[in-house]
Amino acid sequence: MEEIGLLMQGFAVALQPGNMLLMLVGVVLGVLIGVLPGLGGANGIAILLPLTFAMPPVSAVIMLSCIYWGALFGGAITSILFNIPGEPWSVATTFDGYPMAQQGRAGEALTAAFTSSFFGAFVAVVMITFVAPIVAGFALRFGPPEFFAVMFLSFACFVGMAKGSPLKTLAAMMLGFLLAAVGMDTVTGQLRMTFGSEEMIRGFDFLVAVIGLFGISEILCSIEEGLHFRGQKAKIDLKVVLRTWAELPRHWFLAIRSAVIGCWMGITPAGATPASFMSYGVARRMSKDPAGFGQGRIEGVVAPETAAHAAGTSALLPMLTLGVPGSPTAAVLLGGLIMWGLQPGPMLFVEQKEFVWGLVASMYLGNVAGLLVVLVAVPWFAAILRVPFPIIAALILTVCAIGAYTVSNAEFDIVLMLIFGIVGYVMKKLDYPLAPLVLALVLGDRTEEAFRQSLLVSNGDLGIFFHNWLSGGIMAAGLALLLWPALAWARGALAGGPRAQAA
Amino acid sequence: MTVATSRRSVLLGLAGAAVAGGAQARGWEPSRPVQFVVPAGTGGGADQMARVIQGIVSKHALMRQPMVVVNKAGGAGAEGFLEAKGARGNPHMLVITLSNLFTTPLATGVPFNWKDLTPVTMMALDEFVFWVNANSPWRSVQDLIAAAKQQRLKIGGTGSKQEDQIIAAAITKASGAQFTYVPFRGGGEVAVQLVGGHIDATVNNPIEAVTHWRSGALRPLCVFDAKRLADTGKMTETQAWSDIPTCREQGLDVDYLMLRGIFMPAGVKPEQVAFYEGLMAKVRETPEWKDLMQQGAFNTTSLTGEAFGAWLAREDERHRSLMQDAGFLANPA
Repeated sequence: MEEIGLLMQGFAVALQPGNMLLMLVGVVLGVLIGVLPGLGGANGIAILLPLTFAMPPVSAVIMLSCIYWGALFGGAITSILFNIPGEPWSVATTFDGYPMAQQGRAGEALTAAFTSSFFGAFVAVVMITFVAPIVAGFALRFGPPEFFAVMFLSFACFVGMAKGSPLKTLAAMMLGFLLAAVGMDTVTGQLRMTFGSEEMIRGFDFLVAVIGLFGISEILCSIEEGLHFRGQKAKIDLKVVLRTWAELPRHWFLAIRSAVIGCWMGITPAGATPASFMSYGVARRMSKDPAGFGQGRIEGVVAPETAAHAAGTSALLPMLTLGVPGSPTAAVLLGGLIMWGLQPGPMLFVEQKEFVWGLVASMYLGNVAGLLVVLVAVPWFAAILRVPFPIIAALILTVCAIGAYTVSNAEFDIVLMLIFGIVGYVMKKLDYPLAPLVLALVLGDRTEEAFRQSLLVSNGDLGIFFHNWLSGGIMAAGLALLLWPALAWARGALAGGPRAQAA
Repeated sequence: MTVATSRRSVLLGLAGAAVAGGAQARGWEPSRPVQFVVPAGTGGGADQMARVIQGIVSKHALMRQPMVVVNKAGGAGAEGFLEAKGARGNPHMLVITLSNLFTTPLATGVPFNWKDLTPVTMMALDEFVFWVNANSPWRSVQDLIAAAKQQRLKIGGTGSKQEDQIIAAAITKASGAQFTYVPFRGGGEVAVQLVGGHIDATVNNPIEAVTHWRSGALRPLCVFDAKRLADTGKMTETQAWSDIPTCREQGLDVDYLMLRGIFMPAGVKPEQVAFYEGLMAKVRETPEWKDLMQQGAFNTTSLTGEAFGAWLAREDERHRSLMQDAGFLANPA
């Protein structure tokens, strides 16, 4: 196999002491970036990119991609401990990770998150190593209708996820779509719903909303409940890692399914965020005990983390082979490639073999390094929960405010974050689910864009979504998932009569 | 030719030295970190250029204070422009612009005009090339136009009512063939949509499509410039950038170049402008900059001072009339 030989050469490049050191520095920086909400992998890499200007391209990309892995790992930490997603793709991790932390199982949740992240990334790297050219060709088949179909499937997986009233879910989702529509409409080039305000031009950034809806509202709830974090009593030692590992192999099928979803979403390229939501939705749907999700089930951590990391890793494939970034972070890395004189795209694999395989090798090694770094740190992360609430709450608020500001360097976003915090608190009190709102906010404008692009191409004919087996098949799967709850309900109603209806 | 070039570079060098010397004599230098505003998202052409400049400035130690790149992409760049407009008299802010300097205020009605900024220097002009899929039957612009008159074809481009769509509208005006314009987020995505056959043609910048050209997936039809591209190195088996005909040679009278320029807020002192003019002149002399210019097949025209101002006034007028013709104005006169 030619690939194996090339990969071994890549390992030789990546294993040089200098590059190993850069790898470690990158992972640690990445974890820090991932922990700080708002800073994000894309911003972090953009800030550090000029520093790598003097390095050889292989070393530079090894360090930057390790920052990327580190950020993927780090995003889970604050999600689990404080219900604040450090990165968009860790929102789904909060659903079960945070309840686990509240039950004193923070160490378990963190170990599960990191281990499944590693597994997801590993599957994706193996895929990149052996089937890159085939998979890259597949990505070319995705035009606007196919892209919309994938988004539709993400939403369909998610419907019926919330435990409360379906109407409340729908209302929350519509509010998310409404917020997503504010700002620039990329299809017509017009500003929408800005009401002449300069601050509204940016629209509502997903991260600002999430920091407020999840983080700030959680602090408000904690204050109401008596100024302490539940889960302080957690027993903390490194053995928790081993105990969790003993339990994880039971979820092997879940992990593989999530990794496949992740790889697929990373290549299409829809990215890590929809992958994590879709994987969580599917896991819940396929589970024997769907009601247990959201209460602290370990599967609810494994599914989104595996998928997010698999997607984050495989998102680099379309970047390298086609020059299309699968994520914002990949977009900045792409800019870096051009700056080092490398032209991303189909010729990269042919002309820059040393670079490509050095990068692939660093994906293997960077993930191993990342896993070791974060696992060793699990007890310390979990120990943060022991800090008295008044101190930690003030720190969290400060970090949230910095995070909200950093997203686009705007003071107004801090105000917005606080408003979203209150909105989140009220929604929690009234039993409106937050997840559908967040999903619609993060995917809303891209879904709308793909829908309108498709209709532009087809001259307004909705049939375009079924114009070939690919988009037609995905749409059909989405419709089936969407109608499943209604069908199940109808069957229950027919079989059980009024009693089932009342339930 | 050689003599002329070397004499010009000597003159340029002298001018650069004079500017730098002058700035030192007057003693103005940034005393705080310089904020470099990019009115576009991370990863795009303007962002890449800003980050290359930042890298060059720090690597060659061209300035004592650091340069910090900040993306203000909201509302097709309106956010960044409004921030610069509000920073009147601030000598520690630079803005890198693309064509949205003209198009964004015209298309959205945001209260901003390039005259709200102080022009410093034109760094380069970005070229546009008419691309089709290599599997398509169209080998010349005439083939494509003839086909477009039979059946409405789709042109993909970056954003809406911005440069790509303006060029598409200009093609329609010059040839009479109607196209459906499909907007996407970024140039790389547009190129891949063309490779995948989801659209029929694009007007990508060279750097956005070059790799697909070299892999044999795309075919360039013509370049939207008055003269052919300068680079004669072979990019594919048979073709160099300079082998692509101009659109005018092909009977399509459309040319368009995109500004990559540096601006400051209004109300800054002449010696402050002179400092940054000198700085950017030094940036343009570095090998890293020349590499970027060659890779992206940029038009390396550079203007400063009054010549730049006159160029801007002309382009502003041209964009207004192009956008008026296409019906893209937010507030038609």
